[in-house]
Amino acid sequence: MSKVLCETGHSGKKVRLRKNGILHELLKNKTIYLMMLPGILFFFIFAYIPMVGVIMAFKDYNIKKGIFGSSWNGLDNFKFFFSSGDAFRITFNTVYMNLLFLIFSTVISVALAIFLNGVTKKVFKKVTQSVMFLPYFVSWAIVGIITQGFFASENGAINSFLKSINMEPVSWNSSPELWPFILVIFYLWKWCGYNVVIYLATITGFDTECFEAAAIDGASKFQQIRYITIPLLMPTIIILTLLQIGKIFYGDFGMFYSIIGDNGILYATTDVIDTYVYRALRLMSDFGMASAVGLYQSLMCFVMVFGSNLLVRKYQSDAALF
Amino acid sequence: MKRSKILNNKSNLVYNIVAYSSIILFSVFCLLPFWLMVAGAFTDESAIIQNGYQLIPKKFSLDAFDTIFAGNRVLNAYKVTVLVTIMGTTLAMILTSMMAYGLSLKTIKYRNQISFYVVFTMLFSGGLVPWYILITQYLKLQDTIWVLFVPYLINPWYMFLLRKFFTTIPESLIESAKIDGANDFYIFVKIALPLSLPALATIGLFYSLFFWNDWWLGLLFVNDRRLQPLQLLLRALVSNLSSEVQALNPNSKQGIIPPAYSVRMATSIITIGPIVLFYPFVQKYFVKGLTVGAVKG
Repeated sequence: MSKVLCETGHSGKKVRLRKNGILHELLKNKTIYLMMLPGILFFFIFAYIPMVGVIMAFKDYNIKKGIFGSSWNGLDNFKFFFSSGDAFRITFNTVYMNLLFLIFSTVISVALAIFLNGVTKKVFKKVTQSVMFLPYFVSWAIVGIITQGFFASENGAINSFLKSINMEPVSWNSSPELWPFILVIFYLWKWCGYNVVIYLATITGFDTECFEAAAIDGASKFQQIRYITIPLLMPTIIILTLLQIGKIFYGDFGMFYSIIGDNGILYATTDVIDTYVYRALRLMSDFGMASAVGLYQSLMCFVMVFGSNLLVRKYQSDAALF
Repeated sequence: MKRSKILNNKSNLVYNIVAYSSIILFSVFCLLPFWLMVAGAFTDESAIIQNGYQLIPKKFSLDAFDTIFAGNRVLNAYKVTVLVTIMGTTLAMILTSMMAYGLSLKTIKYRNQISFYVVFTMLFSGGLVPWYILITQYLKLQDTIWVLFVPYLINPWYMFLLRKFFTTIPESLIESAKIDGANDFYIFVKIALPLSLPALATIGLFYSLFFWNDWWLGLLFVNDRRLQPLQLLLRALVSNLSSEVQALNPNSKQGIIPPAYSVRMATSIITIGPIVLFYPFVQKYFVKGLTVGAVKG
């Protein structure tokens, strides 16, 4: 971003030249600019035009009157949302679930990457790493079916196993307190292999001399991990964590909706901002409120992404978004 | 000295046991759902209803696959998904690579401004509702094949990843081609693209996986069953089991209950089939994309 400011500042001094400059530049590289035009138009239509649509959050939207014809209703949409008690619940669930995902997946992925790095048998290493990465390729829709396969109260694999050893089956579908745990399990299933790939690539890049020297000095494997691998890995862990924290107000709709679906009993612990907006839009057709919640989320996301990116840039500038 | 060595050997043995057993346990955990899928698909429906899903099927049966292939609904969903993946990936690659190339050139004066124009869309969005209204009310794309890929034609992350690859092309190469009289588009097609084939493969695979697995666009904008992609069909099979399964094969006789539970699993297998099939060949490209895009992925 600083670069952008520099350039406009620079050309700002020569106002006259700049006017010619734009046209001159566009003509000189017209092929390149024409090549970028479809992309520029794409973002204009699908990202910038909807930004104008945020005014819907302050309107009593009526399909027949359209966005601009509908009457204003000030902050009513927001008042309705924040006074309903839903605001706290879905914000809390979104942040809480994302924190759980982040903590568990970071610890487990780092551990697995370190362990895999120490494996000397090549075939074993390759096969297990491939197996761990495979779930990343599976869609959430299929995860939804797998969830039913394991956790359905009626004929899920876990309950049928419990029955076969004469234990009480669990009534999963009516126990909201169990689902954060189940969501974490599926999150780990889908994302750990992905994170392992990144962490393992980082560890493989480390200089082996350190480890050899430590081994000669009598450091055990655990000590090497504690005093060499983890400190060296810290920058990567911090950057990945910061980027995840930037997305903390964003609930993965695909995940939550395919695992939880429309089971209202489970909303207490598993309803996130994204599923709430979806329901407000599609099931209740409450456009005003849905866009108010959407705007609330966008603003929170903006603050978090912006803030985390500033930290990332301080820490390692080439990993920053801008 | 000696004592510490013995201690270390002991500690390293413990380390090896912990390391190897964690890796094996986690791998089994990763495979278990796939196993359940396969076991469920080949189990006789009555056995599932009686005993629930089991990792070791009691009664083997191919009924689920018979049901799927008797009607044309799964086949049709397959066609939709394949078409969307091919059209989406092709168009996305054209748009993404042209934009990434332009932004990678130092000779382009406004590249930073245009980059920021894209980055800003990653920072702030108008939210779901205005986007939804734009597509349904103004662009009127709902229930068309286009709506299943056009709104996602450029992924900014992938675009910047590709730009990163393009910047590694030596400037002197482009300059000398220019001196020889080649125009920018010719250089792009004949020099930049061929030099970046592995990178293009990586981004192309990310896009194909994305389009293959997407159900969000279908869920929001498609009501017509003929345009239902596979992922949406799977969703329908979960939420509205019996009537949806009945609709799989409209010719089936009334009163005969279709094998709903095993059909879900069988459809899942068919859906991830191509991914698992190609996985050994394409895995390295994904790994490369993740490690080069490093933390940005």
